[in-house]
Amino acid sequence: MDWKRRFEYWRRRYDLTDVVVWAFGLSILAVAVYGAVRSLQTTPYGWKQWLQFVLYGFSQGGVYALIALGYTLVYGILFMINFAHGEIFMFGAFGSLFVGLALQRIGFWDRYPVLSLIILFLVAMVVSSTVAVIVERVAYRPLRKAPRLVPLITAIGASFTLQYTARSFFGSGPRAYPETPILAGSVNILGIQIGKPYALTIVVSLLMMAGLYAYVQFTKTGKAMRAVAENKEVAALMGIDVDRVIVQTFILGASMAGVAAVLYSVIYIQVKFFMGFIPGIKAFTAAVLGGIGNIPGAMLGGYFLGIFESLGPALILEGLGVTAPNQLKDVIAFTMLVMVLIFRPTGILGEALAEERV
Amino acid sequence: MSLWKRTLKLGLLGGLIAVYIALTGMPLSLSRRAVIGEFTLGHLTYLIVFAAFGYLRAAQMRKEKQASAPAILAHAAVTGLLSGLLLALLVLLGQRVDLGFIFISAKPQLYRLLTFQQANLTTGLVYLVAAGTVLGLLFALPHFLPKTFHKAVLSAVAITLVLGVFSELVQRTILKYALGSFFAYQGLKPMGALWLFVITFALSWVYFALRPYIQVQDKRSQQVLGNQPSPETRLLFTLALLAFLLVMPIVILQKDTYLLSVINLVGLYIIMGLGLNIVVGFAGLLDLGYVAFFAIGAYTVALLTSRGELGRGWDFWAALPLAILFALTAGVLLGIPVLRMRGDYLAIVTLGFGEIIRILANSDWLKPWMGGALGVLEIPKPTLFGYTLKEEYQLYYLILAGILITWLVAHRLYHSRLGRAWQAMREDEDVAEGTGIHLVTTKLLAFGFGAAFSGLSGAIFATKVGSVYPYSFNLLISINVLCLIIVGGMGSLPGVVVGAFALVGLPELLREFSEYRMLFYGVALIAMMLLRPEGFIPKKPTIYPRLLVRGASPVRAEGSKSKQ
Repeated sequence: MDWKRRFEYWRRRYDLTDVVVWAFGLSILAVAVYGAVRSLQTTPYGWKQWLQFVLYGFSQGGVYALIALGYTLVYGILFMINFAHGEIFMFGAFGSLFVGLALQRIGFWDRYPVLSLIILFLVAMVVSSTVAVIVERVAYRPLRKAPRLVPLITAIGASFTLQYTARSFFGSGPRAYPETPILAGSVNILGIQIGKPYALTIVVSLLMMAGLYAYVQFTKTGKAMRAVAENKEVAALMGIDVDRVIVQTFILGASMAGVAAVLYSVIYIQVKFFMGFIPGIKAFTAAVLGGIGNIPGAMLGGYFLGIFESLGPALILEGLGVTAPNQLKDVIAFTMLVMVLIFRPTGILGEALAEERV
Repeated sequence: MSLWKRTLKLGLLGGLIAVYIALTGMPLSLSRRAVIGEFTLGHLTYLIVFAAFGYLRAAQMRKEKQASAPAILAHAAVTGLLSGLLLALLVLLGQRVDLGFIFISAKPQLYRLLTFQQANLTTGLVYLVAAGTVLGLLFALPHFLPKTFHKAVLSAVAITLVLGVFSELVQRTILKYALGSFFAYQGLKPMGALWLFVITFALSWVYFALRPYIQVQDKRSQQVLGNQPSPETRLLFTLALLAFLLVMPIVILQKDTYLLSVINLVGLYIIMGLGLNIVVGFAGLLDLGYVAFFAIGAYTVALLTSRGELGRGWDFWAALPLAILFALTAGVLLGIPVLRMRGDYLAIVTLGFGEIIRILANSDWLKPWMGGALGVLEIPKPTLFGYTLKEEYQLYYLILAGILITWLVAHRLYHSRLGRAWQAMREDEDVAEGTGIHLVTTKLLAFGFGAAFSGLSGAIFATKVGSVYPYSFNLLISINVLCLIIVGGMGSLPGVVVGAFALVGLPELLREFSEYRMLFYGVALIAMMLLRPEGFIPKKPTIYPRLLVRGASPVRAEGSKSKQ
């Protein structure tokens, strides 16, 4: 093959846009690698600090992963981004806040701290699920047959409605979450001190995800969900009530978001109407990262994003000489989303569903 | 019995909505704005629910033609009664339990307002339930009138209430000479409201009665050309509109700074809306990071013209083209990585991009160049032929020029080859590619034009306000713009204008409402998609007479149900 034909072959195979996109992506990657190398050369941190970053990131990632599951489950079935999922998370946090305050008032909180915490988790799951069911009923179900732009717009509308409903109901300022005495102090993992709420997050998120995976894999409802995700019409022919399965999926995703909400609130000890927005977008990033529609992918993506975001400012930006790198934490997450979409739009583990089927 | 069951359902739904409205605190915070006499906007927020649900129940039953007139009235009254009862229950509950612990607006003031400030709780509750019943009954009545009367009553009620709420529109403009005596310091006088109702009723009745005769009678031309006026009429109409727009700030608005500042803001949103309309409405690409280009335009002008230490002291007119160019470049650059993405990914990535720009502008890292959270100050006003455009009414003409240019560009683009390519791509990308449309160029051009419009708007914004802060460029602006083009009608240029006035102008006139603005937008987005996905002023399908086969009827496209 002479060079002309070879050139022609490559030219046809790769569009100019592909080249530009790759060049763009590679240049960001190069900058990141350069930053990382510089940081490691000049780092003031020892291995213990780095490991601590990883552990905190792992804990944050657990929250992202739990929320990301909601996005992935719904996307797997309805092929739409449930934009309001971050707000479902936020409502879970508010629900648990009010029950927590009530428990504190009657003295239950101090007498049975563990039981109270469990109650909070349950309440958050119930509240989030209720909100999710309402959103599905009002904003998504009537539009199931509409073109794809339409439910996306209602999802954005639902997100803002919920956010500002919470603002007008519960106030625009942050509200203090009841402090949990049993979660004060820190524990020692592998010789590293980590705050108890963070440790709790790691443990609970792992447990919940194992539970969810088992539920989807081994129960009849889980099987029905997978069937509906595969093909709605055929599933309906097999006697599956598709509407019901969709509602169950929303409930399942929302319960995970509810658990995440309590974990998040226990860490940051405050609750705000706006709190769902950023975790929501991050969790979506995590879901895309792992391959949307893919349950293990969402978990992996969540942890990956959490760790990357925790390491990023110190590892990459400090080496580039950026002042106040922690302000740019969110930029890292969004840049990563763009990079993933450029280099591997199907995510790390691959999408459960190809575009052709949509 | 199923009739009563549905009445029960609808009544309870209305009650839930009324309770929701009460708990959001709207009645309380809007209760300082008088509409008619003692009747405030706060009352209106929940009483309108009773009226609407009575009206709806009657409409349902009229449509099904199952019941007699008294039965329909009874059902409508019961619907209102049930809604009122539910709200009364909230008051009763609030008296027993401390709801303020959860809902910040559940205060004694709210309960007093809901019970019409009655000293005796029982009397107040009876009034509340009675109000529900009466309103439900009252608004079922128009269904028994002839159609023209029915429409005229509704529009007269709507116009009277709107003028009552936005009394400033009358008091600060030339209308005050005609209608001023109907108005109190704020809102309408009770007698004035009655007169206004009678007048608007008469006028709207005449309008609705005569409308069938005004419209084009030529059936054939209507069928082919879709009821279009002749080119001469259209030219005349355009010239009249232009003349109106030119004299409006001076004659009608009397150079009122407050109203003109609102109109100028609406104008900036119209420019942005026209731009986003290209991206979303014409090309069907959902862009949520649209504010980023607005920010780029604003920052370019700010940094180039500012007299402060960050700026370079350029002239506005020199900076303006650069601002547009930078925004355009940014639009194309952002377009490149998202070219291959599906609609929903596009939304998230553009949203992320918008956030990145804001975070960067806000960061300490770029502070030496962009001012960080402190922003850029001392941006001079533009000068033209030796005049400095510093008053709002002078800036109005600058913005009007911007709107006219963008309108013309958007209009010409829509009917160009490129515009048709966008529409084809919006309907189906694969088919469009199959017919020889180069998707990459087409998409990038859409992003580029949209971004350029936004950059222009941002540039004018910077010089109008005189300072830019990263805080001004949050996601909510993107959502505002998206919302106004959806409410107006995706792809429709007049829709953008109407949407901007309705969604930006009116809330801006209601200062107390600003807290509920985003809530209102969210609900509007859902409601529009559920009830009227094509928007209030839908884009008419373009008909090319030359392409019509003789005798064939034109194909009517389905609204703006665009497909990703």
